[in-house]
Amino acid sequence: MKDSRIRGAEIVIKSLVAENSEYIFGYPGGAIMPVYDALYDYADQIKHVLTRHEQGAIHAAQGYARVSGRVGVCIATSGPGATNLITGLADALIDSTPLVCITGQVASALLGTDAFQETDVVGFSMPGTKWNIQVRRVEDIAPAIAKGFHIAGTGRPGPVLIDITKDAQNALGEFSYVPCLGIRSYRPYPVVNMSEIERAAEVINKAERPYVVFGQGVVIGTAEAELKAFLDKTGIPAACTLLGSGALSEDHPLYVGKLGMHGNYAPNLLTNKCDVLIAIGMRFDDRVTGDLKRYAKQAKVVHLELDNAEIDKNVRCEVSVLADCKESLPLLTAKVNENNHADWVSKFRELEEDEKSAVVSLDLSPTKIGLTMGEVIRYINEFKNDNAVLVTDVGQHQMIAWRYFKYKQTRTQITSGGLGTMGFSLPAALGAQLADVNRQVVCVVGDGGIQMTIQELGTIMQTKAPVKVVLLNNDFLGMVRQWQQLFFDKRYSFTELDNPDFVKIAEAYNMKATKVSERGNLRDTVAEMMSHQGPYFLEVVVEKEDNVFPMIPTGCSVEEVRLT
Amino acid sequence: MNRYTVSLFTENFIGILNRVTLIFTRRGVNIDALTASESKEDGVHRITIEVTTTEDQVIQIVKQTEKIIDVIKSFYYLDEEVVYQEIALYKIPISSLDPGLEKVIRQYNARIISAEKEFVVIEMTGHKEDTKALLEILQDFNILEFARSGRVAVAKPMGTIAQYLNN
Repeated sequence: MKDSRIRGAEIVIKSLVAENSEYIFGYPGGAIMPVYDALYDYADQIKHVLTRHEQGAIHAAQGYARVSGRVGVCIATSGPGATNLITGLADALIDSTPLVCITGQVASALLGTDAFQETDVVGFSMPGTKWNIQVRRVEDIAPAIAKGFHIAGTGRPGPVLIDITKDAQNALGEFSYVPCLGIRSYRPYPVVNMSEIERAAEVINKAERPYVVFGQGVVIGTAEAELKAFLDKTGIPAACTLLGSGALSEDHPLYVGKLGMHGNYAPNLLTNKCDVLIAIGMRFDDRVTGDLKRYAKQAKVVHLELDNAEIDKNVRCEVSVLADCKESLPLLTAKVNENNHADWVSKFRELEEDEKSAVVSLDLSPTKIGLTMGEVIRYINEFKNDNAVLVTDVGQHQMIAWRYFKYKQTRTQITSGGLGTMGFSLPAALGAQLADVNRQVVCVVGDGGIQMTIQELGTIMQTKAPVKVVLLNNDFLGMVRQWQQLFFDKRYSFTELDNPDFVKIAEAYNMKATKVSERGNLRDTVAEMMSHQGPYFLEVVVEKEDNVFPMIPTGCSVEEVRLT
Repeated sequence: MNRYTVSLFTENFIGILNRVTLIFTRRGVNIDALTASESKEDGVHRITIEVTTTEDQVIQIVKQTEKIIDVIKSFYYLDEEVVYQEIALYKIPISSLDPGLEKVIRQYNARIISAEKEFVVIEMTGHKEDTKALLEILQDFNILEFARSGRVAVAKPMGTIAQYLNN
């Protein structure tokens, strides 16, 4: 009789196929070689992207997950392969990105012996994962992967790591894949408590100056239409967090802008003028709130949130609704009165004019010689489609791109929000592009960040992913330099960079590459890039010492937001 | 600052204790004592942790422990909301045995649970204040070794983990 058993390594691949995974982002090595060997026979069922570093693999998986809304998959070997995932795990955990990461591990007999490329990966990754496990027996592989996908993709999503010993990969076992539908100790979707909905509606119905602040929870819950319906009925103005951008089109008449340290003037300032603050799928990050002791103290706070640990963590609320906002928003919309807050909304519009004259016009239509980051984004807006994805790195360019990019659709904003991971954008843009090759994906990156993962240009070359890379080069670690200028007496301690010829580097990776240093060529070059079929690298030399404003300096209140 | 008992019901999987303690560590809250064992429910483990901290911190810690996939439910209690007990063992050299020791053992409701050639082991259960008081007295009897457990505690409120699991 034919033996129906297959190797654990093949079970890994068959499990990923059973979960309908489209892509694996990974990097081979000793302890994961059986899995790579098994993968060789499945090229027609699952695509593998060989990155140039494991950090690139996990950020690419994050970009893929954030654009597609599906669980990103990443594979690495033991030891350094696995430890190179750590930054991405921490990033995915704080930004609620669903990932299943599979690492190879030395044979179980060698565990704990300091064997070659052995590290305690489960220990290392514990604080950086939603869940992790080490699998040492072939029969435990498929159930662990099934459980991993369930945990990663449900509730508040997050990264999962499954560490599989080499002997388990090599051992023979029966394959049958049973998707995980529930875990006794894990209840990802709390049942809506109707009395909370009623109390929330009561508070909102009595409000004179209600204000909605929404975050990525709306995107994760695919509650964009539910948010819009709530706003349309109540007439309440709404502002978004960094990761909430795109959940509501910026064209919506009640959209009033962006929150936080480098957000818009009115949304920050008026946080301390509203009487009811309705927070939807956001977690009151310190970059949003500034000084908590002076944050919205006058307001009754209503918090719609899926993660119980976020409720009352930073801001005490009057009413909390513990549920997925996809479920709670329609129930709330049914209970709130139709309303119109035109006078209150007009307060936002008045202050918006102040920001326009003091900041926006200078950023977007500068009169000085040097190029601004803002005008580059302005031209990207001119030539992008509504569903174009913006992927940014971390720093000044991230804040400027966020401020000026016109978000029209959901899942168009991919950035490292919570962790602030420099080097995130280039691999994340690759993953974002592979999630949908028909969408424009623009990676806006600084000269500091790009050099942290610049090797991924090689992956872009190999996959031919048509990513548009826009390097905003000021030969500085610009955000740190800005802080040094404003708060450290202009002592520019180790922030200036002697940079390489980036165009030559991009060309060496077979990319179409251009450098623009003068305003005259900028618009046409951006137009050319945006319509180019393949990958494109555009370096724009921008003013060396421009600053990002508005700004709420650390420790200041939202009402102390500065325009200059 | 108050003394709290954090009571966690968990699956019995490798690494769960590590995940739980990481949450305390991250917030810089020291664990005063810890015990772990099976609970009344099949396959449900119970971890009891004693901490001294603020109510704000303990609420956040409890909520964050509940986010751990393999944690079923967490609770926190003030001392007056639990019935709790600790056990202490004292190793005393045979040479220290005298009528004075008998008096101490009677007074503290302690007992000798083992007698070896060179030493006896005295056991006492009680709250930390009581076992500590006995320890101080036994210093005069040349105590050789002392060990005290973390607290085990049952809650006074009547809801049970079984009810929670059935919901």
